[in-house]
Parts: sequence; C-alpha cells; structure tokens
Amino acid sequence: MIRKSAAEMANALAQGAITSVALTQLHFNRIASVDKDVHAFLHLDTDGALAQAAAVDAKRAKGEKLSPLAGVPLALKDVLAQKGIPTTCGSKILEGWRPPYDSTVVSNLKKNDIVILGKTNMDEFAMGSSTENSAYGPTHNPWDLARIPGGSGGGSAASLAAFEAPLAIGTDTGGSIRQPAAVTGTVGVKPTYGGVSRYGLVAFSSSLDQAGPCARTVLDAALLHEAIAGHDPKDATSINAPVPQVVAAAKSADVKGMKIGVVKELNGDGYQPGVRARFEESLELLAKAGAEIVEVSCPNFEYALAAYYLIAPSEASSNLARFDAMRYGLRVGDIDGASAEEVMKLTREVGFGREVKCRIILGTYALSSGYYDAYYGSAQKVRTLITQDFTNAFAKADVLVSPTCPTTAFKIGEKSDDPLAMYLNDIATIPVNMAGIGGMSLPSGIADEDGLPVGFQIMSPVMKDERMYSVGAALEAALLGTWGAPILSKAPALGGVA
Amino acid sequence: MSSLSRDEVANLARLARIEMSEEELVNLASEFTVILEAVARVQEVAGADVAPTSHPLPLRNVFRPDVTTPSLTPEEALSGAPASEDQRFRVPQILGEEA
Repeated sequence: MIRKSAAEMANALAQGAITSVALTQLHFNRIASVDKDVHAFLHLDTDGALAQAAAVDAKRAKGEKLSPLAGVPLALKDVLAQKGIPTTCGSKILEGWRPPYDSTVVSNLKKNDIVILGKTNMDEFAMGSSTENSAYGPTHNPWDLARIPGGSGGGSAASLAAFEAPLAIGTDTGGSIRQPAAVTGTVGVKPTYGGVSRYGLVAFSSSLDQAGPCARTVLDAALLHEAIAGHDPKDATSINAPVPQVVAAAKSADVKGMKIGVVKELNGDGYQPGVRARFEESLELLAKAGAEIVEVSCPNFEYALAAYYLIAPSEASSNLARFDAMRYGLRVGDIDGASAEEVMKLTREVGFGREVKCRIILGTYALSSGYYDAYYGSAQKVRTLITQDFTNAFAKADVLVSPTCPTTAFKIGEKSDDPLAMYLNDIATIPVNMAGIGGMSLPSGIADEDGLPVGFQIMSPVMKDERMYSVGAALEAALLGTWGAPILSKAPALGGVA
Repeated sequence: MSSLSRDEVANLARLARIEMSEEELVNLASEFTVILEAVARVQEVAGADVAPTSHPLPLRNVFRPDVTTPSLTPEEALSGAPASEDQRFRVPQILGEEA
C-alpha cells in the first residue's frame, strides 16, 4: 500500500479498503524501519497524526463529503509553522520553538483532512542545495545513502523516494523543490509566485520564496497543489484570482498542438551526458505525443545565478534580522549587565550555521551604502532582463523546458568546501524564481553512467500552471510506457526492507 | 577586482550583529573574494537604460476594514519567549547607562 500513489490511496480510503488510521500507521512503521538511514524527518507527530486520521475516518463513517486527498498522509518541510509542533527551519536558533499559530498552507492541509506525519529536514533557513547545511545532520538520498537528496527540501523529497510519505510540502526560492525532486526521482512543483500563501512560511527571500507540492506522480502533485493554493488575505503578495485548473490538466495529459520551447542556454557544456540523453529522449516522446518542439533563446539567463546570489542574500540579511533573541528562539549570554546588542551578537554566533552567516554578511555588503548600486541594484536590473527573456520566449512557446539540474546526485561532502560549485546546481532552476513563473521537475529516467535519476523541468507563464501539468502528465505517461514500471521501483531497497 | 579584507568582514559582521572568531573572519574574507568575483558579473549587462525589478508582482498596498479579529492571547504570544515577566517580554538592557 505505501508504494501506491496518493490518488490510489485516496481511492482505497473512499472505498473502505483501508482506514486512514491504518494507512497512517503503515507510514509510521516504514519511517521507524528506514528513517535511521535516510534521516528525512526532524520531528514526528505520531499522536497528532493518528488523531487527525481517526477524525477523518469518523467523518467518512458518518457519510460526510470529503476532499479528494482526505486521510492521505503528508510530510511537511520544517520551514512552515504548525501550531504546537516544533518548527526549526533546520537551525539551532529555533530549536524547541513551537509556533502558536498555523501557516496558511497548514490550515489548508487540515481543512482538506490531509494527515501531517511530521516535519522534514532541510538546509538551514532553506539556504543550500544538498541538505548538508541542516544543523541537525544531513539527509541521505534513498537511491544511494552516500549521496545528497538535493536541497533545501531534501527531507521532503527523500521521504517520498523512501516511501515514508506519499505527499510532501516543499518551498522553492531558487530550486529547493525542483532540484531535490530531480535527484530523488520524484515530482516537485514551484507554483506561480503568489499562487500559494506565504503566511507562516519562515521567510528566506520574500520576493522569491514559494511553497508547493512534492509527490511521486504528476496527478498527486496536482491534487495537493489545488488543496494548498488560493488567495489569502494574510499574504499581501497572494494573487486574488481563481486557482489554475491543474488537476483537470494532469488528468487530460494532452499536449497535442502545444508548442514546447527548449531553452538553448540551459543545456550543453556543464550538463552530464546522462542528463542530456534523458532530456533528448523526453523531447522525442513529447513530439510523438503531438507537441511541437521549438528552440528559444534566453541570453540573459547566464547572469541569473550571479543576480540570485545578490538578491537572495540581500533579502535574507533583512529577513533574518528578526532572530534577535528577544521574543522567541535561542538566547545566549543574557548575564547581568549584558546589553541587548551583545546578547544578539552572541546568540546569532551560536545559533546560525556557517552558510547562513556567510549569506547574511554577503547581503549586508550588497545592500551597504557605496556598494548598493553596483551589486543589489545591478542584480535587480538583471532580474528585469530575465523576465523579458521569458516574455519573449513565451511568445514563441506555450511552455519552456530544460534539464532540472546539470548533474545527478553528488556525494555528501563532495562540494561542501566549494560554494560556487554548490551554487551551480541551481543554474537551471533560478530563472523561474526571478520571474515568479511556475516550474515543475519530473523524473525523465536514469543516467547510464551512474544509475541515478535525472529531472526534466517544465516552466509555464504566470498563473498558467495548468500547462506544466498537461505536459508533465503526458511525458510521465509516455515514459511509463517505455519503462513498464515507475522509476522508484528501480531504487535499491533500504536497510533490507523492500 | 572585488575583494574583502578581514577588517571589512569584521565591520559587516558588526552591522549584522553576529559575533565572529578571528578564524571565521579570515575564512570568510577569502571566500568572499571568490564569491564577489562571480556575482560582480551582473554589472556587465546592468545598463542605465534597464529598469530594476524588486518583485515579480506589481505590488500595491492591500487594505482591509479596521475591525477587531481574534488574535493570540498574551500566554500564546509569550509562549516562545526566552524570558517573560508580567505578560511582557523580558529583554536585556537596550539603552546604555548614560541614557
């Protein structure tokens, strides 16, 4: 049962083949047997999840009308506030903090009776591409425990690939949903910026952050997308418009007559041979399914990474000023006579990890007087140029595509001493965040040279998220036809447990 | 060539309110030289004729009626406080002795 899709689980629940309590318990059993190796979770809410499951079962027994995913379990990235449940963002500075309120994503999950199993591991404050920056130790990729599961949402992606949960929530600032999906053989979607409320999402870079669905199939991601999306008055950047019809698009899986634009600049040198081979194959399958493949050029994308590493740290240096040791979280050095400023400095020294400190300092520099125009100001201009590139490209194509990442999963520790090599993981995912458009990654196969999964990225214009679901579902169906079984059936067993 | 000295990093750390060891300051200074060189590329295309974008959405002020809605109780608001006293956050001394 735990290897089924969320839609299949929902169906089994609706037909009475299993209860939500039993389904939830099966997942906790799985977590108990494999998570010591994977370390996808930072916190399990066993009692809360089973109580929530029992409540759904009771509603169902009474014949109440339930939402499509009612009773299905989910893993929540530890950057979203859940009332009374530890929320650390992978940082020591928030160790032990229990938010007194629910984020809107969590409220929506609860409204839809989706059972929240626990909180997943992540790079500290979502800064990273490998989950190695978590203050609580790395998460391991279920395909090869010596390798990274991507980041920052490595815990969410790994929990899906390890069958610890059928659904998960991630957040994506520069690729933190899509890159982990790519390297774990799962599906991850960054919705249009403003499509899902950021209320209660601990901010890293407010103009780039977006929560979204993670799953093992495109349809499951669509079902979760519709459950969490929608206008929220508590988020001033929430778009007040109907949610794109992504479930219908995933079900239709129709790409006939659609124009699919291959971004010339997001391919070629620097992309691993197996990544390029799977990408080309996927294009052929989409063409066979009736899509027209065209090439588009986005010349300013080569500056996206540089702009991102100015904009995101700048916003982070401002956002993370709230961790001042006054109202919640860690406080260090509060001895008689110590000033608030001294306490704040000591607390942030102990509470923040190396990468977070590095980015705060970098952001402080980029925003400081004398350097503002040269760095932050120039980066904002690049952002305009990237958005223009997208506008021009979408005039020629309905969606754009590229490999999600240049490589498959690398080894834990391999890039941790080389920040620039680490940042390059996000080279193909960052432009999407800069323009606020939608992006999806789904598995396109396994690289011959290392036997690891490869991701295929689909990008759609603002609030046209349904397009990436049509294309994703069509490609997924065509690939399944050639594979004969889902990609995760090729992943090795964990700890001797099938 | 963009680069940062140990003293510049120390000043930034002070502005960002992060205490740093001598070792951290020296390490960060050398790391920043590499990173700044990479990110300085944005200046190649950022001409005077390009308007800056700070946000993907055209942001406007969002207004709502000024009505009372449920909010956190004092106990809930203080539940994560490192220290509290009489329904208030207790914080270290903010102003100097002479103030």
